[in-house]
Amino acid sequence: MASELPFEKPLGDLRRKIQELKGLSQDTGIDFTDEIARLEARCKQLEDEMYSELSPAQKMHLARHHQRPTSLDFIHDIFTDFLELHGDRLFADDLAIVGGLAKLNGVPVTVIGHQRGKDTKDNIARFFGSPHPEGFRKALRLMQQADKFKRPIITFIDTKGAYPGNTAEERGQSEAIARNLREMAMLGVPVVCVVIGEGGSGGALALGVGNRVLMLENAIYSVISPNGAASILWKDASKADQAAEAMKITAKDLLSFGIIEEIVPEPKGGAHRGQAEQSAFIKEAVWRHLQELSLLTPEQLVEDRYEKFRKIGRFTFAPSAPAVEGPQGREPQAGGDPQERLSGEAAVETRAAPVEAGAPEAGEASPSAAESARVH
Amino acid sequence: MFKDLFHKRKYATVPSERERSDSQERPKRDIPEGLMNKCPKCGTIQFSKELEKNLKVCPSCGHHFRLSAWERIGMTLDDGRLSEFDADMISEDPLEFPGYAPKLETQKKSSGLKDAVVTGTGEIGGFPVVVAVMSFDFFSGSMGSVVGEKITRAIEQAHERRLPMIIFSTSGGARMQESILSLMQMAKTSAALAKFQSDGGLYISVMTDPTTGGVTASFASLGDYNLAEPGALIGFAGRIVIEQTIRQKLPDNFQTAEFNLQHGQLDRVVHRKDMKSTLTRVLDMHAPVKEETAHGV
Repeated sequence: MASELPFEKPLGDLRRKIQELKGLSQDTGIDFTDEIARLEARCKQLEDEMYSELSPAQKMHLARHHQRPTSLDFIHDIFTDFLELHGDRLFADDLAIVGGLAKLNGVPVTVIGHQRGKDTKDNIARFFGSPHPEGFRKALRLMQQADKFKRPIITFIDTKGAYPGNTAEERGQSEAIARNLREMAMLGVPVVCVVIGEGGSGGALALGVGNRVLMLENAIYSVISPNGAASILWKDASKADQAAEAMKITAKDLLSFGIIEEIVPEPKGGAHRGQAEQSAFIKEAVWRHLQELSLLTPEQLVEDRYEKFRKIGRFTFAPSAPAVEGPQGREPQAGGDPQERLSGEAAVETRAAPVEAGAPEAGEASPSAAESARVH
Repeated sequence: MFKDLFHKRKYATVPSERERSDSQERPKRDIPEGLMNKCPKCGTIQFSKELEKNLKVCPSCGHHFRLSAWERIGMTLDDGRLSEFDADMISEDPLEFPGYAPKLETQKKSSGLKDAVVTGTGEIGGFPVVVAVMSFDFFSGSMGSVVGEKITRAIEQAHERRLPMIIFSTSGGARMQESILSLMQMAKTSAALAKFQSDGGLYISVMTDPTTGGVTASFASLGDYNLAEPGALIGFAGRIVIEQTIRQKLPDNFQTAEFNLQHGQLDRVVHRKDMKSTLTRVLDMHAPVKEETAHGV
């Protein structure tokens, strides 16, 4: 029986009531069939209402549910012949990331994922799914191996974020993540990423530079955990639910921003209430995307991935701006190009102004200098 | 004459204790703000003008003060000249995040910048380069869509013009208020570097105080050469978060440039007064070799 979250309590109460009645009718022989049928209908209705309109915070709690299937659960369900491979060849084997060879519908692939623990002991060994640099480097090693042998790559994203520890910093946590981002951009094989639980910041993105990024219906993906955002913005980590709303972390939000390609549906009540069904949904979607991507050449795959990430971002130009659409269209050598000249002139101007405003001597001192001038 | 008898003679007077303390206080009141500067590290007080002459490095302890983008451009580029790219690009509020739009306005006013990075082309030691210079005084140098886009465009410009790319980083990390869009700027800038660097492009990363979070975990760590200013804070996770995780106090030098050098994350720690010459030397090493030199004449 899946353990219930606080918001699921009314539903749980109803289910318990039905159980109670069933037991009672067995014990006493009194016929409660009508009553039970009525409650079951009510239960079904409540289920539909509740799970079709989950708030971001409720999704966050589902995404973090301790019984939610992990990468290894899905790997064993979706693939055959999984052969786990270990180590970054530099320092250690980080159990917060798992990876290896497997077959998907008979096709050899490389599969990699963040791995949370199943219980406390497992969680400690796996750092609760938060990788050290050696985890990211193991993942990169396996991806480059896949690239060499022309195997498609599937990644499962499920982490609160990279491990925030002193040893991780000493061994170059930033560099490990950064390198993955850069090298994943260059892979000449199809890369399909699936956010299965929590996609937390750089530690998630380090497995997330794919041609296609899919998200489970109740998964979340954000730049900082809602708890972290709440403690920074409002100095109160307990406002995580509020931050979850503000930060637009749901699959639906990310689809609307063009960051993910598809939402993979979840069984009613979340992935943990129907793992086999969930695995089938993921398998179907991943296979479909891989088939589409298999039509592209290695160069096209790199370009496709580049274009996907290149266009992400929302910005505009200040109203006073001349109609310059950035430097792309500009001829660098053409001295006579009016736009080039314009940018040159603008440069001289912008140079003069901020120096005045920025230097403490001129900028900060002058108001008070003016003030003291007035005093005298 | 009698007149002289009554003339009050003038003596040199020593002011009383009280007067003296008054007279000491008065000039303090009259000092315009910003005339003097106190070093946050050693507490030495000096004239701002002197500090600026010293490239904003404390003369007594060597502490490198933070620079705004334009101050750094003034110190680093030949004649302080920059032909700026995308000067008018500004942030939107795509998430309609509570408080973001007004905060952007106050940041623009207080910093005089439109966002946390200035990009463009200029020369260093006579070598043409494309630069991106981040500024901590705008929104703690945080990376949102504009920072990511301007840096990506600058890298693409360097690629197109076949020029070296230099990025001076300083950042508190990704800009929370743009959530996932900020996160994706890490992938975007890194992918642009992948294209540029794999095609032979030269990229020098200079990390300045502080360079943290998503910026460190993307373009700042990807230099063909990674340099940093002395004492700069460079790291991924924040000190407090780490201390809470490991339940230990961290040493004072944790995540400093020197710490990163010691742990193999940097090529060199370069004093501000040597930065321009060091960059020039690296650029010179990558310049086409002149024929006569090549033949050892």
